[in-house]
Amino acid sequence: MSDGGVLLDIRGLRVRFPMRGRGPVCAVNGVDLTLRKGESLGIVGESGCGKSVTFSSVMRLVQSPPAVLEGEILLDGRDVMRMSGAELRRMRGKEIAMIFQEPMTSLNPVMRVGKQIIETLRLHESLSEKQAEEKALEYFQMVEIPDARSRFWCYPHQLSGGLRQRVMIAMALICNPRVLLADEPTTALDVTIQAQILELLGRLRRKNDMSVVLITHDLCVIAQLAERVAVFYAGRVVEEASAGELFANPMHPYTMGLLRCVPTMRTVSRRLDMIEGNIPDPACLPAGCAFHPRCPFAADVCREQAPEKRFFGERRFAACHRAGEVG
Amino acid sequence: MRTLLSNKFIMLGGAMILAMLLIALFAPLLTVYPYDGLDLANKNQAPSLEHMMGTDPYGRDVWCRVVYGSRVSLMVSFAAVGVAVVCGSVLGIVSGYLKGGFDLAAGRLIDIMMAFPSLLLSMIIGVALGPSTRNMCLSIGIPLIPIFYRVARGAALSVGERTFVIASESMGSGRFRTMFRHVLPNVLPQIFVVLSMGMGGSILAEASLGFLGLGIPQPTPSWGLIVNEGKPYMFTAPWTTGFSGAFIALTIWGFNLLGDGLRDHLDPRV
Repeated sequence: MSDGGVLLDIRGLRVRFPMRGRGPVCAVNGVDLTLRKGESLGIVGESGCGKSVTFSSVMRLVQSPPAVLEGEILLDGRDVMRMSGAELRRMRGKEIAMIFQEPMTSLNPVMRVGKQIIETLRLHESLSEKQAEEKALEYFQMVEIPDARSRFWCYPHQLSGGLRQRVMIAMALICNPRVLLADEPTTALDVTIQAQILELLGRLRRKNDMSVVLITHDLCVIAQLAERVAVFYAGRVVEEASAGELFANPMHPYTMGLLRCVPTMRTVSRRLDMIEGNIPDPACLPAGCAFHPRCPFAADVCREQAPEKRFFGERRFAACHRAGEVG
Repeated sequence: MRTLLSNKFIMLGGAMILAMLLIALFAPLLTVYPYDGLDLANKNQAPSLEHMMGTDPYGRDVWCRVVYGSRVSLMVSFAAVGVAVVCGSVLGIVSGYLKGGFDLAAGRLIDIMMAFPSLLLSMIIGVALGPSTRNMCLSIGIPLIPIFYRVARGAALSVGERTFVIASESMGSGRFRTMFRHVLPNVLPQIFVVLSMGMGGSILAEASLGFLGLGIPQPTPSWGLIVNEGKPYMFTAPWTTGFSGAFIALTIWGFNLLGDGLRDHLDPRV
């Protein structure tokens, strides 16, 4: 599927939010990620681990200032961090598009959905109103909105959550972006709709040959759609692997913990497993490995020294002192 | 729309305002005397069959003066509120959406305006610009800007944080486009509520200025002016001040009812 070329390359991204009267909140602490053409990358992590901030930074949607951004974000070799306002506007929607978590609030409530799609399309392509409408309708049908023609002129509140998310997908895809960032696209939907939407995303990805970044806290979603997975913890990538390897053989204790939390059909337990403790406060991260207070395998070295990435093959690493020894 | 019409306040207020507008519009059909026809032999006449609201201290028909006065009063108020709505809302939306330096500067400017009592500010502007209909609109409208500014800014601050605004930015929409296509339409309901309240205030301000002699120049009638003219004879010939005052009160009441009704209708929490 992935034909090798690197499309999006995030290098050493750091995002800090200065706080008045105390230290800055370090939301992202040196993230390196590469996304290849046509690849689907899953991003997992708990709430507040920096996954959304990382990809909002890619779109440059993080207000800066006040936020302080460092590092490089290369889209086809061009640094997004150095783009002008006009360049950013051209990039957004046309090269990278984003789907948000809340289909209930991500559409303008006082504008007909069809009109919103037409507007987005005409921002990037010089089409007449009529041509734009035709293309938009085509996309409405592509995202499998039943009775597309009549839904086209509905207001968002007249559509269900699932339909609204399909409208969002149509809107995100209308300019044929090369990267689609899906930030928890199914979290607000019920499980059956969730499966349909994920399946749709998978199909559209293959059809349009685009790269998808799927941000989620739900490992089941990752299993369904992602080829590669990066696990985030406290603003860092702690493990990256292909989806198969990650599920079969997790290297980082945090990933192991996450996988244990997912109940399966064979789980015979009265209580669900969980990882003890909470994600650390990004304003005062623990010394050494950020995960050590919650890690069952923590040794002295973990408390003192931040772990380097340990590679176990190309694009397969875990940032853990004890990776490979435990598990 | 149906629920809108079933609201008693909206219906009553709307009907009152509509009646006033019709009176102003069809003034020539509703009156038989000219509004500036002096008839000193018949001054301060009590209401009778010839003069249904009596005559004023110059012998002019009060009904006729009040009807023609509604034209001036309503027109000036609409224009004044128009000035205030456009300036206040645009400034407020830009402030609330862009935040930062612009917000700070505009906010301080508005604070300065709010430091003046609005009637005093109207008088200062009115005196500085001199008497004319256009200057009346400005002198009434400018002190109303802060009301619309504050409502629009507050609403834009909250709308600006909503996902669809960020989503529209993420699709490559520029700031101005986002502001006027996505933020503005979602701020309008709040502005509408203040709009009708502002109309009431503006009628009152026009009447006050007219009463103080800073309004439209004579002999064009405006409600405040008529009240002022009848003032020395308020106890011997109360119809001049009474009827024109009643029209002022009814109109303001109508706008306030409409405003209250709209607020209840648009904000189910109240």
